[in-house]
Amino acid sequence: MKTHLFPAQLTAALVLLLAGSGASAPATRAAEGPGSARPGGAPIAPELPLEVAVLTRAPNVPPPIGRKHAAKVVVNLEVKEVTQRLADGVDYTFWTFGGEVPGLFIRVREGDVVEFHLNNHPSSKMPHNIDLHAVTGPGGGAASSFTAPGHSSQFTFTALNSGLFVYHCATAPVPMHISNGMYGLILVEPKEGLPPADREYYVMQGDIYTQGATNESGLQAFDNVKATDERPTYVVFNGSVGSLVGDKALQANVGEVVRLYFGVGGPNLTSSFHVIGEIFDRVWMEGGMKQVQENVQTTMVPAGGSSILEFKVDVPGTFILVDHALSRAFNKGALGMLKVTGPENRRLYSGKEIDEVYLGQQSAAGSAASTREAQLVAQKAEAMAKNPEIANLTKDIQLERGKKVFLSACFACHLQEGQGLPGVFPPLAGSDYLKADKERAVRTVLKGLSGPITVNGKPYNNVMPPQEFSDDQVADVLTYVMNSWGNAYGSVSSDEVKRLRRAGQ
Amino acid sequence: MPSNLHRLVAVLALTLVVSAAAARAEDAAPPAPSGMVVIPAGNYAPLIRTKDEPERVPVPAYALDERPVTNAEFLAFVHANPKWQRSRVSPLFADPGYLADWTGDTELGPRVPATSPVVRVSWFAARAYAAWAGKRLPRTAEWEHAAAAGFTTANGATEPGFPAHALTWFARPTPDTLPAAGLGRPNFYGARDLLSLVWEWVDDFNTAMVSGESRGDTGLERTLFCGAGAAGARDLTNYPAFMRAGLRSSLRASYVVPNLGFRCAQSITP
Ligand code: HEC
Ligand SMILES: [Cu+2]
Repeated sequence: MKTHLFPAQLTAALVLLLAGSGASAPATRAAEGPGSARPGGAPIAPELPLEVAVLTRAPNVPPPIGRKHAAKVVVNLEVKEVTQRLADGVDYTFWTFGGEVPGLFIRVREGDVVEFHLNNHPSSKMPHNIDLHAVTGPGGGAASSFTAPGHSSQFTFTALNSGLFVYHCATAPVPMHISNGMYGLILVEPKEGLPPADREYYVMQGDIYTQGATNESGLQAFDNVKATDERPTYVVFNGSVGSLVGDKALQANVGEVVRLYFGVGGPNLTSSFHVIGEIFDRVWMEGGMKQVQENVQTTMVPAGGSSILEFKVDVPGTFILVDHALSRAFNKGALGMLKVTGPENRRLYSGKEIDEVYLGQQSAAGSAASTREAQLVAQKAEAMAKNPEIANLTKDIQLERGKKVFLSACFACHLQEGQGLPGVFPPLAGSDYLKADKERAVRTVLKGLSGPITVNGKPYNNVMPPQEFSDDQVADVLTYVMNSWGNAYGSVSSDEVKRLRRAGQ
Repeated sequence: MPSNLHRLVAVLALTLVVSAAAARAEDAAPPAPSGMVVIPAGNYAPLIRTKDEPERVPVPAYALDERPVTNAEFLAFVHANPKWQRSRVSPLFADPGYLADWTGDTELGPRVPATSPVVRVSWFAARAYAAWAGKRLPRTAEWEHAAAAGFTTANGATEPGFPAHALTWFARPTPDTLPAAGLGRPNFYGARDLLSLVWEWVDDFNTAMVSGESRGDTGLERTLFCGAGAAGARDLTNYPAFMRAGLRSSLRASYVVPNLGFRCAQSITP
């Protein structure tokens, strides 16, 4: 009897595994007890060619369909509850479609018949289901996909309407399932396809309600009072604070057309989505394929809604993705980056050349040159309008990050307000020693400092151990120290740190 | 395996002594059988009801196991009832995966501590165990009434910090090895681990959500999902209760789930 049971279990495990990796043939299913649901009836659309959908994790998007005919597309999505980083030092148990927040991106073609397999991992605590806004039918599939831990469900639908659709878990209490990460996007390409784009990215916004305050460290539990009051502690892109910054920033080259598939999982907030320093050339509003709006600055995307945004990047630099309800960007994490590399185009975007022209503005009005100058001045004004925003944001980010490093590493000795301890730890607030030599400060953090020094006229002779940090962190913390408690000593870039680190070796 | 059995009996005896000592005596109610606590009579407010159904259902006093049934206890049960051993169980009564984390029919193995709650048992198996133990599974109303208590009062919903506490279990994924049963802080009635260890079967898991009228397969969804789930619900802030209701309605009697166990109840005849 044992020998009977074990193979059965093995098969079950194997099928789950295959299903999870997106490689299972749709027809194979584990033998199930009579109590389990088994999809009945004749096979649906057996005449169509069979395909297994390629699913991608954000910010990646599956390649365009390219097909000119309908297909039967098998989607294998595994529901998994995973504990992951929400912010630095903050963990959260996310409930996910595919181990990721947002859920894996699904791409099919209008008219495709989609065979959907929802597999709820055995380690899950919760039953889950999926409501795809692309489905025409009761509950968008939720009714047919309600799945206990360690079980899987199957249902089939035809993608009748093209568009970019949100999918989400619709198990009660829905706000918690969604806040915990159970949302994603499914793109139903129109039959004729979408115009080509050089870069396609997947970004989704969600609001999160932790029992602890924003940035309170440790594993945080969901707070249903804050959720009911719609007072999120975090508003994030792609599931965590900083998921799209630094080396995780979106990338593009000058001259490319960037397309963002942007969605809002919610559960509660509407996004005022904006890319600082860019104008959306085209917006497929509300994810529909018929209406294309042009030259949009900020697009409003409701909870459970989406938008397709497209723009050509003309100049290099870092463009900041925000929810333009800016407290969410500054304080709660709704901030990402698009790094564009390539040659400058001074005509298009500020720079020294415009300074020259600006000087020339004093020349006589009416000439052709002055008309051109006037245009450039207008462009400059526009650029200026955005430039400080970018600058402030990047500096603010740096200060925020620096503060974290300070509070974790320096504050033990130099104290919260940088006031130090007389005779033992020199002050950083108002320190003439710090002000005098920025490179020395970098070396102090990298290599430590010992022996007699004089700070604000008082002698110190103690040991500061070297601090183990990345170039970015050293730059951040020093910039923070040099711009806090009344200090205004400039800033440090990570390139400077890198150079001094190399020089010191 | 006499030596194993011997050890098992020792473990059993020990846990019984410990739990009996910890059980709280209630003034009015008759004393609880050993290992059980008395849940005094009270009311259960169903989470979801039609407008014809009463707002509150009276729950008579009953006895509830102080903690979930452990692996050791379930091992004794399958020793005594071989037809509930893993290799012999009828597939009608338990899906593949029944007791799958045990290393054998009558061996728990290193990943399955004797004192941890038994999981991966079907409703049929849980019921059979309860009957063998001379008990029964608690009904939804009974279980929810017991679990509505806080640590220090009969109403956890109004006890400072308790609702938040009830949510913390959801912030942690199920560990590979479950901790021992009976270590959780006792609630007002002395029951432990109700909200913090594993899900638990109830006798009427399959009917709890579906109210009188038969709405077929999709009736569940209409009451439970999305905004619709809120339409007939009483206390919309009681998220854990929603999640328990959700879990129960996702189950079938032969299902086994890695974090679903059970505890037994007994009626009290006054
Ligand atoms: C273990 C205690 C300790 C820690 C932690 C520490 N320092 Fe220091 N720091 C000192 C001491 C002691 C000195 C003075 C050394 C001497 O007298 O030779 C000093 C000196 C300095 C100075 C130069 C003197 C001044 O007041 O301007 C700077 C700048 C500085 N520390 C920055 C930092 C930063 C930034 C961090 C965190 C990344 C940090 N320190 C962490 C103990 C510490
Ligand atoms: Cu869910």
